[in-house]
Amino acid sequence: MRLEPTDDERTIAEVFGGFFRNECPPAVVRAAEPLGFDAGLWARLVATGAPDMGRAEAVGGGGATLSDLAVVAEQVGRAVAPVPFVEHAVACRLLDRVGAAPPVGATEAATLALRPASPAGTWALVPAGAVAGTVVGLAGDDLVCVRGGAPGVAPANHAAMPVADRTAVDGTVLASGTDAHDAFAVARAEWQTLTASACVGIVATALELAIAYVTERHQFDRPIGSFQAIQQQLADLPIVLEGATLLAAKAAWAGDRPTPGTVDVDRADITEFGTLAGMAFVHAGEAAALATDRALHAHGGYGYAEEYDIQLFYRRARGWVLVAGDPARECRRLADAMFGPVEEVV
Amino acid sequence: MDFALTPDQVEYRNRIRALIREVHRPEHTDRQHRTGTFDSPEINRALAEGGFLERAIPGYGAGDPIELWMLFNELEKAAVPADGIAMALMVAGVIAHVGTDAQKAEFLAQVLAGDTLVSLGYSEPECGSDVAAAQTRAVRDGDDWIVNGAKMWTTMAHVARWVLLLTRTDPDVPKHRGLTFFLIPLDLPGITIDPVHTMGTERTNATFYDDVRVPDRYRVGEVNGGWQVMAVALAFERGLMGGTAAAVPLLRHFHHWAAGVRDDDGRRLVDDPLVRERMVRVAIDNEVAGLMTLRTAYVAATGGLPGLEGSMVKVHATEAYQRAARWFAEAAAPAGLLQFHQPGAAADGWIEYDLRHSPVTTIYGGTSEINRNNIAERHLGLPKAR
Repeated sequence: MRLEPTDDERTIAEVFGGFFRNECPPAVVRAAEPLGFDAGLWARLVATGAPDMGRAEAVGGGGATLSDLAVVAEQVGRAVAPVPFVEHAVACRLLDRVGAAPPVGATEAATLALRPASPAGTWALVPAGAVAGTVVGLAGDDLVCVRGGAPGVAPANHAAMPVADRTAVDGTVLASGTDAHDAFAVARAEWQTLTASACVGIVATALELAIAYVTERHQFDRPIGSFQAIQQQLADLPIVLEGATLLAAKAAWAGDRPTPGTVDVDRADITEFGTLAGMAFVHAGEAAALATDRALHAHGGYGYAEEYDIQLFYRRARGWVLVAGDPARECRRLADAMFGPVEEVV
Repeated sequence: MDFALTPDQVEYRNRIRALIREVHRPEHTDRQHRTGTFDSPEINRALAEGGFLERAIPGYGAGDPIELWMLFNELEKAAVPADGIAMALMVAGVIAHVGTDAQKAEFLAQVLAGDTLVSLGYSEPECGSDVAAAQTRAVRDGDDWIVNGAKMWTTMAHVARWVLLLTRTDPDVPKHRGLTFFLIPLDLPGITIDPVHTMGTERTNATFYDDVRVPDRYRVGEVNGGWQVMAVALAFERGLMGGTAAAVPLLRHFHHWAAGVRDDDGRRLVDDPLVRERMVRVAIDNEVAGLMTLRTAYVAATGGLPGLEGSMVKVHATEAYQRAARWFAEAAAPAGLLQFHQPGAAADGWIEYDLRHSPVTTIYGGTSEINRNNIAERHLGLPKAR
């Protein structure tokens, strides 16, 4: 048991924390709107090896664990960087698992369609779908991959995310039946885990922005951070940061374990990856929503102004989570694993 | 990070679970709520005989905070009343840290035997959160001290052998610097104990000290060094010693009951979409509370004093418990209003009980506001607002 980062994890956090601090200040995030993708930044990130670090060494990747990827994803979230790191990492790992080829070209991104294709074969609002050539997802009982045809534009959206509808029609079938659903479920859980880590990063930065502002801003001849009304609101942020950090890390740990886990809610003993990933995702999403809400409010009217950075985080805290659908629906999916399926009423 | 328990830890947990299965009986729970004494002498004795207590005193002997966490986590998840033994072990931890050799010899031996409880004499009628404002006076008289005053919320005093008493020994210095702790027997002449009954069935007490002659050997820590002792006590109290898993048995009780009742349409309550969502949200909060509690233990196990972590998990766990109690009372309404053993009571009355018990948890052991102050001032570095 070790409830603090390993030396390797600290190193990864320092390296990529430094990378995004240098390469992705808020001006870069703003300049990448409305599409939400900075091709130059992505190319520089690719040059670090990060996007492929989660692939097996045997296929030319870095052999990194999901826990390692989660550390990078947290740094992506701290900077709300306009790069499809999470989507690309999980899609490439999925392609490798089913023995399919990775994306063509060094800077070509891949992504995962989070929800199954419609009967007409459309994957709606695929994250990074506007910029990723390769899309993997479910169409019926098939795991399907399409290559090429990234539209390069996204419908104007809350979080300036490069989302787009993509078609699964004419895609290559990579797996079918149970194999397809099982492989997709792992990829989806990995996406949830890494997105939870990205949300943890959003919480961390929202807290920093809030503390900086309330320390500097004076009203009634005092820094507003000296008022208990402000302090009590902001004191919740380290709490949700701690909780979300631990749960996201536990989900990643479960994803790296070779053995299947258990789901014993009666004893609060849960080690199963798919369940922990959903729990971490729901919790981190709420933590990021709460943290950005409190931090924006602490800025007063300036928090609402575009020129202040907190709004960039406020919008992504919601968009990065809700692109997967209503969290209440995710809770009901988790309920099946925790409490058994709903009984048919005869 | 690595969340795997070691084989030894798994073995330790299995032994605790087996002990609870063997010793704890439903009639003990009935007795708990009838008497208001949230303590199980049977469990305490069994823990002593099994050698668990010796390993469960923070900072003492072979004890490991992870085991301490595990012990209280399992007791709490099983809804075994453990407030009594938790306070005794916490005070044992304080004595192990700052007590004299004579105190360790006398007091630790009693606690380890599993038959000695301790009451916490911090709050007073006129001071609670502002605990450093305590007015109970201790005045030197030769080798003794003469104590006069009153303490509130001295839970367990009616069954305890000792009280850990916060007193004012110097009224002429800033309030934090004039405090001294004593650990004194509750049968000293001049002490009276009045019951205070609560909404949550729990009995607590007001205790009164009228010219109580206390030998100096009962003093804990330095004269006027009480605030340093308090820091140790609070770091042990929050997070490590229970109080963060109350919603685990609540969810279990509700879930098992809701699987067996049907609404007017013939649907099981456990299949209601909103109920399912809320059960999952409670399970998530429970997981987070468990991890934050474990982290508190981990900080202690790796040499730290987890004051901040304890404050954070206490706020999270108690507020989540209150939310869960309200959600499940709503979902179980009106059967959730019925008390223990009433015909038709949801989960045999547990839902109603948690609705009554949960309010106190954000108050005792440091209010949510005091814990948030700690976080804001000590962790976030915001200016002191008081």
